[in-house]
Amino acid sequence: MSAINLIFRRDGQTPGRKRRIQWTPYLFLVVPLAIYFVWIVGPTFYTFYLSLTDWDGISQMRFIGLANYERLFQDRDFHMSFANNVRWLVVFITVPTTIGLGLALIFNTDIRGAQWFKISFYAPLILSFVVIGMIWAWIYEPRNGLINSLLYGIGVERPPGWLADRQLALYAIIAAAVWRQVGYVMILYLAGLKNLDPSLIEAGRVDGATGWTLFRHIIFPLLGPVTVVIVVISIIDSLRAFDLVSVMTRGGPAGASNVLANFMYIEAFNNYKMGYGAAIAVMLFMLSLVIIIPYLYRTIKTEMEY
Amino acid sequence: MADTIHTQSPPATAIASTAVAPRWRKALRENLLFVFLLVLTIIWLLPLFSALLTSLRTQSDISLNGFWSIPSSITLQNFVEAWERGRVSRYLGNSFLITIPALAGTLFLSSLSAFALARFRFRGNTLLYFMFVAGTMLPFQILLLPVFRLSNTLGIYNTHWSLIMIHMAFQMGFCTFVLRNFMRTVPGDILDAARVDGCSEFRIYWQIMLPMSLPSLAALATLEFTWIFNDYLWAIILIQSDSLKPVTAGLATLQGQYTTNWPVLTAGSLIAIIPTVIVFAFLQRYFIQGLTLGSGK
Repeated sequence: MSAINLIFRRDGQTPGRKRRIQWTPYLFLVVPLAIYFVWIVGPTFYTFYLSLTDWDGISQMRFIGLANYERLFQDRDFHMSFANNVRWLVVFITVPTTIGLGLALIFNTDIRGAQWFKISFYAPLILSFVVIGMIWAWIYEPRNGLINSLLYGIGVERPPGWLADRQLALYAIIAAAVWRQVGYVMILYLAGLKNLDPSLIEAGRVDGATGWTLFRHIIFPLLGPVTVVIVVISIIDSLRAFDLVSVMTRGGPAGASNVLANFMYIEAFNNYKMGYGAAIAVMLFMLSLVIIIPYLYRTIKTEMEY
Repeated sequence: MADTIHTQSPPATAIASTAVAPRWRKALRENLLFVFLLVLTIIWLLPLFSALLTSLRTQSDISLNGFWSIPSSITLQNFVEAWERGRVSRYLGNSFLITIPALAGTLFLSSLSAFALARFRFRGNTLLYFMFVAGTMLPFQILLLPVFRLSNTLGIYNTHWSLIMIHMAFQMGFCTFVLRNFMRTVPGDILDAARVDGCSEFRIYWQIMLPMSLPSLAALATLEFTWIFNDYLWAIILIQSDSLKPVTAGLATLQGQYTTNWPVLTAGSLIAIIPTVIVFAFLQRYFIQGLTLGSGK
């Protein structure tokens, strides 16, 4: 509650002396805000309205109340996509974070060739998901792809179909996403490690902490704020997951690798069930609110300590 | 200072540990780590190598002998095919026509709003700031349908303008957030002094604040270039004509056209990444800075 009051409070250290309205800031803000409201803020609310309608994009929009949501909660595809998003999220906040942190700890020392190793690990970051999806789809190709032709070569008779396999498709896609994410996490942790106060680590060393103990009780806790940011980014990214799924499997086989973002796209733009698509989008939005609100709250608190 | 002291006289524990573990063991450990990293890096880059290797071979060679075979011949024909018949040249041009105006627009508009939020105290300042921060975390799906409709209403659907506008608007959130935090670190005294000398607020923005923000702007520009350039979702929502597609959507079309012709598909992908690779190669430092900028707060 107090945070809400703080937002509406006149910002700044000297509470309102001059009652005269200053026009200058608004002159700077008018164009950016106009565009931002028309393209971002307005549409966000408009989707809520659309989710209460039955609309195919062409004919008259019909208001149907909460019917879309009632259908959504019984839709098997929705349950599957939701579960897949959760799986994605779980892998995303654990695997890249661990590998990225490990690499950052290694590269934070003055090991030979660190610069080149680092570049190799964050190179995937500059590739578009479409390119990553295409390259990995080729790797997973069941007959001649990198993995299976190797498996055939060493005598495996029936190697898995990867993207065509109901059990494996989702995780095969997530692997490609992890490949890209590791470099990102590594960069953030490296920056965090650089900002650590060396005297604290030195103090730990003097107290006899080495290796794992030093990491577990001193370095990792000090990296706490970085870890929070990485977890937030990972969650947002897993809710945004779309491109890879769309390029690699389109959610198949039979919805086994579908995620909410792709489910929404298909319902709204392939099946022309726009009201229903809007309802899925609202659900995605609600899920991300779980992250946005605590994060904003934290930012507000630090902001007020200025 | 502290660093120089350490190098001159290593702490007691360091001396003790070197005394216990002989030098050769330390060297051995370092070499093992180096080899381990080398192997890991090669595995890590395998997807990229495999794309490169595939793009240089013929489809019949691949489908006859599989990926792990010695190429019967090396050819650049796949690149020519992707570039000409696959129209990757056209798609790539479109990507630039979309990315550059969107990038310039978002940086300019964000610098305006960031200046207002950093320099002035007014009702709603913090609220607007949080609106921008919250906007960066939105899932795109919440915007798809309304923006699709808006673009239709404005008559810019299926033109580059529809993409330029949504990228410009959406990226404004992140850029305003980063720039506003940077501008807050500029001491107000400098700006107030200019004010006293009769400088208008717009001149303070244009002649003092903007030049001072150049490093932040460069970092943002590098990062935003790759983000906008790599967008796929908005491109398939707002562009229908094949001749207007950016390279991401174009590659997806290529995939439909050349379904299992992996040499052409990988060749097209490799061409498509050249611009971001160049940007990254020359502006790597700014790219990394940009990534860490956003998380600093």
